[in-house]
Amino acid sequence: MPHWTRWAAVCAATALALPCSAAAQAAKTDVPILYLRQEIKQPPVLSNLDPVPEDLGLAGAKLAVTDNQTTGAFLGHDYRLDIISVAPGEDLTGAARQGLAMAPFVLLDGTASDLLAIADLPEAQGKLLFNVSAGDASLRSADCRANLLHTLPEDAARTDALMQFLVAKQWRKLAMIVGPTPNDQAYADSLRRSAAKFGLAILGEKAWTFDTDLRESTMAEVPRFTQDLPDHDVLLVADPTDDFGRYILHNTWLPRPVAGSHGLHAEAWAPVVESWGAVQLQNRFEASAGRDMRSRDYAAWLAVRSIGEAVTRTGSADPANLRAFLLSDAFQQDGFKGRALTYRAWNGQMRQPVAIVNDRALVAMAPIEGFLHQRNETDSLGLDQPESDCTAFGG
Amino acid sequence: MKRLALLLLTVALPLHAGEIWVTNEKDDTISVIDTDTLEVVRTIPTGERPRGITFSKDFSRVYICASDSDTVQVMDPDTGAILFDLPSGEDPEQFVLAPDDRHIYIANEDDAVTTVVDTQTRQVVAQINVGIEPEGMAISPDGKIAITTSETTNMAHWIDTASHSLFANTLVDSRPRHAEFTADGTTLWVSSEIGGTITVFNVADQTEIGKIRFAITGVNADLVQPVGFKFNPEGTKAFVALGPSNHVAVVNMQSLSVEKYILVGRRVWHMAFSPDNSQLFTTNGVSGDVTVIDVAREEAVKSIKVGRFPWGAAMRPTKSN
Repeated sequence: MPHWTRWAAVCAATALALPCSAAAQAAKTDVPILYLRQEIKQPPVLSNLDPVPEDLGLAGAKLAVTDNQTTGAFLGHDYRLDIISVAPGEDLTGAARQGLAMAPFVLLDGTASDLLAIADLPEAQGKLLFNVSAGDASLRSADCRANLLHTLPEDAARTDALMQFLVAKQWRKLAMIVGPTPNDQAYADSLRRSAAKFGLAILGEKAWTFDTDLRESTMAEVPRFTQDLPDHDVLLVADPTDDFGRYILHNTWLPRPVAGSHGLHAEAWAPVVESWGAVQLQNRFEASAGRDMRSRDYAAWLAVRSIGEAVTRTGSADPANLRAFLLSDAFQQDGFKGRALTYRAWNGQMRQPVAIVNDRALVAMAPIEGFLHQRNETDSLGLDQPESDCTAFGG
Repeated sequence: MKRLALLLLTVALPLHAGEIWVTNEKDDTISVIDTDTLEVVRTIPTGERPRGITFSKDFSRVYICASDSDTVQVMDPDTGAILFDLPSGEDPEQFVLAPDDRHIYIANEDDAVTTVVDTQTRQVVAQINVGIEPEGMAISPDGKIAITTSETTNMAHWIDTASHSLFANTLVDSRPRHAEFTADGTTLWVSSEIGGTITVFNVADQTEIGKIRFAITGVNADLVQPVGFKFNPEGTKAFVALGPSNHVAVVNMQSLSVEKYILVGRRVWHMAFSPDNSQLFTTNGVSGDVTVIDVAREEAVKSIKVGRFPWGAAMRPTKSN
């Protein structure tokens, strides 16, 4: 059975005692939001450090509902969050049908194929869905859906950000190690595409094939493994599975920086983002979730905050009205990244800066200065209109 | 003839000598700039992460929001000694001194409250629940209305200072940062950093009477972010700091239209006028300096290096003659 929880309701979720009574007097507008998650069995990885948090994504949605409630309490808008979490192998579309009957606004946390299956349900038509988990370019291109917006940046936006940085540094010669899983391969494809887009050369690649526990022999194995790569400025690692990438740093044959899934990496959000008022959001998240905020948390937070901003400005909780507002020039979202966030009207992707980080600091915020665009500099990241085959948005 | 000579003499004397006090958020210091020499003449240590700064009416005390020390420090400006700390609630960011020269209204950014403190008894008089991330603070010239803006709730909260209760909450554009009443008390201006606008309200009925938008050739619209602003004493022009666009806008207060953009340092935050209002000093957070604007010519004339991440600015006249 899917696990169903009602998390936030009415004034109990907000610290504001006074406006609750004010809200009670105003005409009330209910805004039910659903977080629908397909749980996955995490693959085994070498390191026991850094387990994936069980409430990844969900914690961001919870915080945003609390944020929305403060404005809502003053305006008579009542936000509610329901959560449906489907165990691996259980019936996702059945749970989705049930959930869509309850809420017109749904955050989807699953794979690209899960998301498409749900977006195409008859019950999902006329509803407003948000992708908070899948970075696949296809969902922003030929497989886009009119009822599906994306608050997580596509993988291409993250790899574009990284390549912009490498261009700015004049680190133009690249080599790459690619992991064995389909996710690793897809991420490597995205790196290849971005390298070509910004004129960088990947001079050599190697597939990661080790099938032993490497942790006590990295100093013996990794230098030999990287010895026959052609000379390069930066070594790219494609291991979003987080299996071996952490053991490459500082063990390479040549003394070279590592970038990609490990070392210097590009993220929608990271705990090291502290400028542009971000410390406020980091502190609020940590107080509420008891851990650091990650990209999926941020994407879920943005989705719920987008709904809140649209309800605040339009006074409506109708999904069609809100969708039109979100895709219009009138919508602007504060995302604590120094620029207003908006949605791309041609594929429903939220336009946002990408943080290029290491474990201890923000290294740069992309778009990097000097990468221009005729419409908006942020559109130099990810699928631009001419590159996207999406037609569901009338493009 | 005699009168003319006297007048010339008056102009020649530095009657309007003064200082600009700038809080350096990332250095835990204040840089004091002499408005005649345009140089930093003193650097004074403060509590952690100083941001808002204001002087008492007679300039005998300076109040400093030490955000990460969770206090408002009260300093003797002559000696730089901390006289005492005021209870402030958590993470005080901006504040405003009431016209009674006695009560300060503090925005507590992490706590979603506005704290009212009596500087004589050193007691908290009231705490008022407002929206998330309160920041901008203003008080009407008659002292009857206090305003808190909340950055995430996107509202200006109108506080009745007699009852310490909210009597209106008005929406503004995304991430409101700063609020000011005009000198006659009839209008309230609120800047929205991410929305890129200033909303002007009619104080009598809290309705919106206008909105100011900004556009700088060659700068992406989403980097034009209004934050701090100041009105000239004539009430004819407003100077608006536009954050990472690195410009200050000159706004005609009657038509609410922008007349000019002045290039200053990087990520411009707040401003203070010299005692004679002939110069305007802007704090530039990212470049770590202060730009001096010649108000009559509406041009930047000098940059002055201060500490790391200069944020607040306040003026103190000095008796130099």
